Amino acid sequence: MDALTAHSSILAIAIPLFAAFLTPLVGKLGARTRNVFVVVVLAFVEFLVLVLARDIYANGIHLYTLGAVSPSLAIPEHYMVPVRIVLEVDGLGVFMGIISATVALAGAIYSISCMKHETGQDRFYTLLLLLTVGMLGIQFTGDLFNLFVFLEILSISGAALAAFRTRFIDAVEGGFKYLIVSTVAALMVLLATGLFYGQYNLLNIAAIADVMQYTALDKIALALLIVALLTKSGGVPSHWWVPDTYTPAPAGTSPMIYAATLACMSTMFRVAFTLYGVKMSVATIGWLIIIAGLLSMFVGVTMALRQTDVKRLMAYHVISQGGYMLLGVGVGIAVLGDPQALAAYGREAVAGGLFHVMNHAFFKGLLLLTGEALFFRLGTRNLNRMGGMGRNMKWTCAFFLIGALAISGVPPLNGFASKLMIYEASYQLNPMLTIIAMMVSIMTLASFTKVFQSAFTGPELPEYKEVREVPLSMKLGMGILAGATLFISLFPSLVVNTIVYPAADALLNQAGYIGAVMGGG
Amino acid sequence: MSKIVRTVAKLLTPAILLFGLYVIMHGHITPGGGFQGGAVFASGVALLIVAFGAGRVEQFLKEHQLSMLESGGGLLFIGLAFAGLATAFFYNFLVGSPIFGHVPAFGPNPGDIWTGGTIPLMNVAVGMKVIAGLSAIVLVMALASSKQGEDE
Amino acid sequence: MSEFLANIPFLAVAALICVALYIMMSQRNLIKVVMGVVILESAVNLFLVTLGYREGGVAPIFTNAPGTLMVLPVPQALTLTSIVIGVATTALMLSMIMLIYRHTGETDAEKSRKVKG
Repeated sequence: MDALTAHSSILAIAIPLFAAFLTPLVGKLGARTRNVFVVVVLAFVEFLVLVLARDIYANGIHLYTLGAVSPSLAIPEHYMVPVRIVLEVDGLGVFMGIISATVALAGAIYSISCMKHETGQDRFYTLLLLLTVGMLGIQFTGDLFNLFVFLEILSISGAALAAFRTRFIDAVEGGFKYLIVSTVAALMVLLATGLFYGQYNLLNIAAIADVMQYTALDKIALALLIVALLTKSGGVPSHWWVPDTYTPAPAGTSPMIYAATLACMSTMFRVAFTLYGVKMSVATIGWLIIIAGLLSMFVGVTMALRQTDVKRLMAYHVISQGGYMLLGVGVGIAVLGDPQALAAYGREAVAGGLFHVMNHAFFKGLLLLTGEALFFRLGTRNLNRMGGMGRNMKWTCAFFLIGALAISGVPPLNGFASKLMIYEASYQLNPMLTIIAMMVSIMTLASFTKVFQSAFTGPELPEYKEVREVPLSMKLGMGILAGATLFISLFPSLVVNTIVYPAADALLNQAGYIGAVMGGG
Repeated sequence: MSKIVRTVAKLLTPAILLFGLYVIMHGHITPGGGFQGGAVFASGVALLIVAFGAGRVEQFLKEHQLSMLESGGGLLFIGLAFAGLATAFFYNFLVGSPIFGHVPAFGPNPGDIWTGGTIPLMNVAVGMKVIAGLSAIVLVMALASSKQGEDE
Repeated sequence: MSEFLANIPFLAVAALICVALYIMMSQRNLIKVVMGVVILESAVNLFLVTLGYREGGVAPIFTNAPGTLMVLPVPQALTLTSIVIGVATTALMLSMIMLIYRHTGETDAEKSRKVKG
C-alpha cells in the first residue's frame, strides 16, 4: 500500500496511457471485453486518485520525480535546481484530479450503450483514455514543458472525439475549430516556456517561481499564458469555439471535454497564483479576470436564451457558468497583495470559485448527458420538435431536473452553495459584481425552464410514442454524476472543508509549492 | 509515374529504409533517434506510394497491420518505463547490466554502441510507433485522395 | 555588428509570428489557415533552437562533456517534441479538412459553414 501511495500520481497518468495503446488489441477479443477493460481501468484510476488524495490531505504536497533514484527527490545530488521531469500534486491538483477521474468514469460508462452502433469504437475508447491522460497530466505536472505536452494530448484527443461522428458535418467543423484554437493556445504556452527558459534556464514551475524577476519578458509570458489558457477554458472574448465543439461531441465525451476545459481553467489559476503570485500586478490581472468573467456570464446566458438546439443551449451555459468561476477566483487574485482583505473574503472567493468548478463538472456534465440522451432516442436536438418526453423517459427527466435546478442555484442544491460563497465574497469587493451575477442566475433559471417545458412536459407527440427510456449503462453514467451532485448538496460543508478549502489554500500558499521542490521554502 | 521515377525509387527505397533503421538504432550515440529515423523510413514508404500508387503499396502494407505495430511501439515504450517502477517510473534500470549497460568513459569512444541502458530500446519503440504512424497517415491520405479522384 | 547578427534569428521569429497571425486572421481557405498554424509552429521551434545556440558550440554529446563548449541540449529536446506533436496535429487538421471537403465540396470557411450561433 505504501508503494502504491508513493507511485500513485504517475500511475494515475501512466495506466490510462498504457491502456490506451492496449485498447485496440483488447478490442480483438470482443466489444464486451473491451468495454469492461476500459471501465475497469478508469475505475482503477479513480481509486488511485483517491489514494493520492488521502496521502496529500495527510502529508502535504506529493512529489514524484521520473527516472530518479528516489521519486521524492526533486533535485539530484550536486545540483541546485530540478532537472528531471517532476510531478507535483498539491491540494488543487488532486481536487481537479478527483473531478476529472469521476467525470471520465461516468462518461465511459455512459458511452457503452450510446456508442454501441457506431463504427471504430476501439479508436473511440483509445481517444477517451488519452483525454483522461491529458486532463490528469496538466493537473499533476510540475513542469511547464510537460504542461504543453499534456495540453496537446488533451487537444488532439478532444478534437478527434468531438469530430468522431464524421458523418455529421457540424461534428467535423466543431472538432476542427477546437483543434485550431488548442494548437494556437498550446504554441503560445510553448513560446512562454521558451521565454522562461531563455532567462532562467529552468522549466520547473516551482523553480521558476522561486527566481521570478517579473521582467518585461515575464510580462509577455504572463500575457501569453493567460490568453492561451483563457481561450482553452472558453472565457469571453475567445468563447466562440465552445458551442460548436460541445454540441456535436458524441456520447459521454462532452462532459469530459468540459472537464478538460475546467482543467485548463485551473491551470490558469495555477499560473496566476503559483508561478507569478504577488510578483505580478495582482489588482490589474485580478480585475481583468473579473471582467472576463462578467462578460462570459452575460454573453453566455444571453446567447443561451435564444438557442433551440438543446446541447448548444447547454454549451452557452458552459461559457456563462465559467464566468462565475473566473469571478470568484478573480476576486481572490485582485486582493492577493492585501493580507487583510485576503483573510476577510479573498480566501472564501477562491474557494467559492473552485467549489463552483467542482459542482459544475458534475451537474453540467449531467445536463450535457441528458441532452445527448434525448438526441440518442429522438435523433434531434431541436427543442421545438420535442415534447412530452417526461412520460417516456422518466429517469432522464429526473436527472435533467436535478441538473437544471442545481445550475440555476435553487437553494438546497449545491449550485446555490457555491454561488452563495461567490456572492458573499464578491459583494465585499464591489456590490455591482454580485448584482450582475444574481441577474445571470435568474436568466439561467429561465433558460432551463424553457428546455424543461419544451422537452419533457406538454402533450405527447405522436411521432415519439414509441420512444423508450435510455439503456442501463447510460442511466448509470448519468446516475454517477447525479449522485455526486446530490451528495454535495446534502453535505456541502463536509465537502467544502475536506477538499475545497485545501485546494484554495494550495493556490494561496505559493511558498509551500516552491518549498516542496526547492527545499527550505 | 514515369519509368525514370520508378527505377530511381526502386534503387533508392532500400537505401532510405536502411538509413532510417540506422538512425533509429544509433539514436543514443549520434544525433537522431526514434522519431527522426522513423520519419526517414516513412519517407521511403511515401516514395513508394508516389512511384507505384497507393493501391499497389496497400496490397502488402495494410492499415490495420500498421496500427497494430503502432500500438506495439507505444506499449513497448511505456512498458519499459513501467519496468523501472521498482525505483521510479522511467528509471534506467539497465545501466550496468549486460544489455546496453556499459558506462562509457569521457572523450570519443568509436565503436562503443553498447551503452545507454533503456534509451536505445526506447528509441526502437518510438521508431516502431513513428514508422507505423507516419506510414499509415501517408497511406490513408493517399488512398482517400485517389478514391476521391475516381469518384469525380 | 555581431550584436545585430546574433539577433537576426529572433527578428526572424517575430516576423514569422506576425506572418502566421496575419494568415490565420485574414485567410478563409481552411488549408491556408492550417498553413498559418504550421508557420506559427515553425516560428516557435526556431525560437527554441535559437535559445539553445552557443557560438562555436558542438553537438551536445555526453562523453564530450568536460571542457568542450556545447549547444544546450534541452531546447533541442523541446523542439523535437514540439515537431513530433506538430506532425500529429497537422495530420489531424488536414484529415478533418478532407472530411469537410467531402461533405461540402468546399475548403472555404465561409461557404462550408453550416453551424450558426
